[in-house]
Amino acid sequence: MSFVDVAFYLFASITVMAGVGVVIARNPVHAALYLVLAFCSAAGIWMLLEAEFLAIALVLVYVGAVMVLFLFVVMMLDINLLQLREGFWRWFPFGALLAGLMVFEMIWVLGSTQTADVATAVVHGADYSNTKELGRLLYTDYVYPFEIAAVILLVAMVAAIALTLRRRSGVKSQNVAEQVKAKKADRLRIVKMPSENKVSSK
Amino acid sequence: MMEWLEPIKTLLGSAWLPVWTVLKIVLIVGPLMGAVAYLTLAERKVIGWMQIRIGPNRVGYFGLLQPLADGLKLFMKEIIIPSGSNKFLFVIAPIMVLMPALAAWAVIPFNAELVLANVNAGLLYVLAMTSLGVYGVIIAGWASNSKYAFLGCLRSAAQIVSYEIAMGFALVTVLMAAQSLNLGEIVKGQQGGYGALNWYIVPLFPMFLVYLISGVAETNRAPFDVAEGESEIVAGFHVEYSGMAFALFFLGEYANMILMAFLTSIMFMGGWLSPVPFLPDSMIWLLGKACFVLFLFLWFRATFPRYRYDQLMRLGWKVFIPISIIWVVVVGAWMQTSCWLW
Repeated sequence: MSFVDVAFYLFASITVMAGVGVVIARNPVHAALYLVLAFCSAAGIWMLLEAEFLAIALVLVYVGAVMVLFLFVVMMLDINLLQLREGFWRWFPFGALLAGLMVFEMIWVLGSTQTADVATAVVHGADYSNTKELGRLLYTDYVYPFEIAAVILLVAMVAAIALTLRRRSGVKSQNVAEQVKAKKADRLRIVKMPSENKVSSK
Repeated sequence: MMEWLEPIKTLLGSAWLPVWTVLKIVLIVGPLMGAVAYLTLAERKVIGWMQIRIGPNRVGYFGLLQPLADGLKLFMKEIIIPSGSNKFLFVIAPIMVLMPALAAWAVIPFNAELVLANVNAGLLYVLAMTSLGVYGVIIAGWASNSKYAFLGCLRSAAQIVSYEIAMGFALVTVLMAAQSLNLGEIVKGQQGGYGALNWYIVPLFPMFLVYLISGVAETNRAPFDVAEGESEIVAGFHVEYSGMAFALFFLGEYANMILMAFLTSIMFMGGWLSPVPFLPDSMIWLLGKACFVLFLFLWFRATFPRYRYDQLMRLGWKVFIPISIIWVVVVGAWMQTSCWLW
């Protein structure tokens, strides 16, 4: 077994174990941290496929930003485990159906003979830049799909922010522009005065 | 230059590469830890002078043994694990702070040849590693099971995520100018006949300021040290830590500062390049520039009061992010004209 094989099986087993951990962890914060571990080891697997841009972007975006905000929210929620488990058996058939469907899809795609030869990475020279290649493709061949995806994300972002904008009356708030404009002279008056009692030197 | 290594190379055979790599890692981490120790002394001395005090001067001549004394003291202290805490996460959190701060050094080029890993996506790697540092703070705050620590960790999470965006955009302008993600190539892109005028600090000056200030916020340093906020939440996320566990947070913070100083020097101030054409390029320039940026860090701390939390968020989201997005467009347009000389 070469070093790459050892690394692959190591990363793959950690990913699977972390994925199981996400599902079975009782504490939601632990589940989120398992998900972080799963992302990191998945990035390791992508790195082995020489997809360095995707691997680092996974760590940068999902681990460095998305999961931080996720943890942020999960930590602040007061989650009652008993309440969460109440409808477990009622929803179990539906969940099992979804899981079965996903397993079937993956077997169908990964196991078919047509995709078998695509699954091996193309060997590149040392000066090959994965990032440059991706950028070139995104901004030439796929420029319209890329731009449309970007616009959809922008619309979603604007909509999400608009949902939180509720004008309520009687709310106290600070006028930051006015605060920033304040000068030292508006608030502070320096008075110079001689000391009242001279220190007597006896 | 490396001929004397040949006999050792043949002796070790295939074990040579791992041994040599570990040796290089030790050669980077060793001096880094020394620099961290003496940066703490420098900080106390510099701030002392700025505030017309003497600073530490009892242990050793000129206080030079003070970092060793501090380290020894922290080493002898007991590590107390709070009874309501999550023990595994509580212990692993300080390691999570220090680990990314050290791992990012793998791609830092010290001069044209001297770099541990010359990877093409070096800039992305550095960004990814620095964004991992926040986990140590979050986990420490949560695992401590203390309200002060928890408040500190929430503040820090929001702050680091906000400033990372502006920082990322500042680096986007650098990689546009250099047309490479490789840190060595970025420095080589700043080479030219005019010395300091060829550095990216000249066309990208607003981005240099955004990067520097975001760097201060990323490392949780004053005036953006709301995660610690001694006067509000008594040291924030690491309030429950003692002994070496606390010292690891301290080491992580200073290692991050040094990393940020090196990155600023490499991205904007020409790395190892000489500021004047008649002097040779050398690693000394890089160290000098990094020391200058570190001095700025200390200077900020001695000068500015702590930002209020909402002002901090406003600066990140409503000032830095719009400025940096506009400057990306400006640089893009500028590079298409003949006025782009870099």
